[in-house]
Amino acid sequence: MSDLLQRARRVGAEVAARHAGAVDAEARFPHEAFAALKAEKLLGVMVPAEFGGDGASISEVISLCHALGQSCASTAMIYAMHQIQVACIVRHGPQSAWHRTLLHRLAGEQLLLASATSEAGVGGDVRSSVCAVEVDGTRLKLSKNATVISYGADADGILVTARRTPDSPASDQVIVAVLKDDYRLEQTSTWDTLGMRGTCSNGYWLHATGDVAQILPLPYADISAQTMLPTSHLTWSSLWLGIATDAVARARTFVRAEARKKAGSTPPGALRLAEAVNLLQLMKSNVVAAAKLYEQALGSAERLTALSFAVAMNNLKTGTSQMAVQVVNHALLICGISGYRNDSDFSVGRHLRDAHSAALMVSNDRILANTANLLLVLKDDPGLFS
Amino acid sequence: MTTVTDQIREVIREGGALPVDIATLDDSDDLYAAGLTSHATVNLMLGLEEKFDIEFPDRLLRRRTFESVAAIGAAITELLDEKVAA
Repeated sequence: MSDLLQRARRVGAEVAARHAGAVDAEARFPHEAFAALKAEKLLGVMVPAEFGGDGASISEVISLCHALGQSCASTAMIYAMHQIQVACIVRHGPQSAWHRTLLHRLAGEQLLLASATSEAGVGGDVRSSVCAVEVDGTRLKLSKNATVISYGADADGILVTARRTPDSPASDQVIVAVLKDDYRLEQTSTWDTLGMRGTCSNGYWLHATGDVAQILPLPYADISAQTMLPTSHLTWSSLWLGIATDAVARARTFVRAEARKKAGSTPPGALRLAEAVNLLQLMKSNVVAAAKLYEQALGSAERLTALSFAVAMNNLKTGTSQMAVQVVNHALLICGISGYRNDSDFSVGRHLRDAHSAALMVSNDRILANTANLLLVLKDDPGLFS
Repeated sequence: MTTVTDQIREVIREGGALPVDIATLDDSDDLYAAGLTSHATVNLMLGLEEKFDIEFPDRLLRRRTFESVAAIGAAITELLDEKVAA
């Protein structure tokens, strides 16, 4: 096991898991887990070694998300969302001096990055913006009515999408990286939800100023296709797999305890456990195959922006998000009333509530509609390993 | 005789792929900067396949192939040449 994974497991088991119940009940930011993640230097792992990070690969990063997902889904989701932002800076920032400095700070100071992509007035389409970057000399100004900025209040910086100029069409977007001193947040909505309660995904008006150098050089459309989309779907899927894995672990313990009580007979839940483990394996294979596909395509803008790659990543997201709920539901059926209770060791209520967010955060219907559109032109792929 | 470029411009105009008039853009202008969305790109591909009686192979189904009238023209000329050779 890698050293990074060992550290993440330690934070998960010793800190995140212990506070997961309170984070969920109080719908509060997992301060304890993030203090521990910072202390273990796990926030800047993806930053290349030349900037002071570990240069962790996407496979390593998603295995950390998976580990944290088994302890506290909110912690894992915040960690995943942060890594998505870091990935954008790592892949598309090094050509700009301002972003090279940011990379040093991400590793050195373990800054936590949030994202402001959602906006009022675009009908949930993050590939459209109403707000625009206004440039005056070398300074920029930006105000965004962001319907959601997860953990916005606790972040050290935010990557904001906006139209390139006030004259640009809605789809011609850039990403601006702004740090805490650059912006002011006015909260516009609260986050009292079924699950993923610790992500504190409140809405805010964001008012930022900064230097034009803070705009990432590549258009958002390219950053989205090459980095943001694949890393989002990979990190999310891994932490959903983590939620499902922990639910199955509880079901497994439950079935074993039953088996010990009546040695010689197979407990009724054993068959369903076999089904759950089968589903879990499918889910895991899906994540691992997609991670390999991404790592093979890395470095080739051509392969990363191919429609077939977008379809594969869309399928990863829609597939694993549905399976997470299915697997946790199996665990609930296996554990029965013990799983339904909130005060038992076999409780999977939080898992189920957290897992239900998967199909909604970037709606599966929207993603399926996008896939359906791409399939109108995409040809069949008859190969097994291609 | 209408050129490939003229026909491409016709497909863009008829399909309503852009929020602006294609006549205001040069062949080398960035269509994405002019408001071409990914959804509209797929419709544009379908329109071009119909117009030129071609099929874009997967290797050409990427963003950059459709970034300008000139880029689309290069891809289509390549496919039309292949068709003649076949």
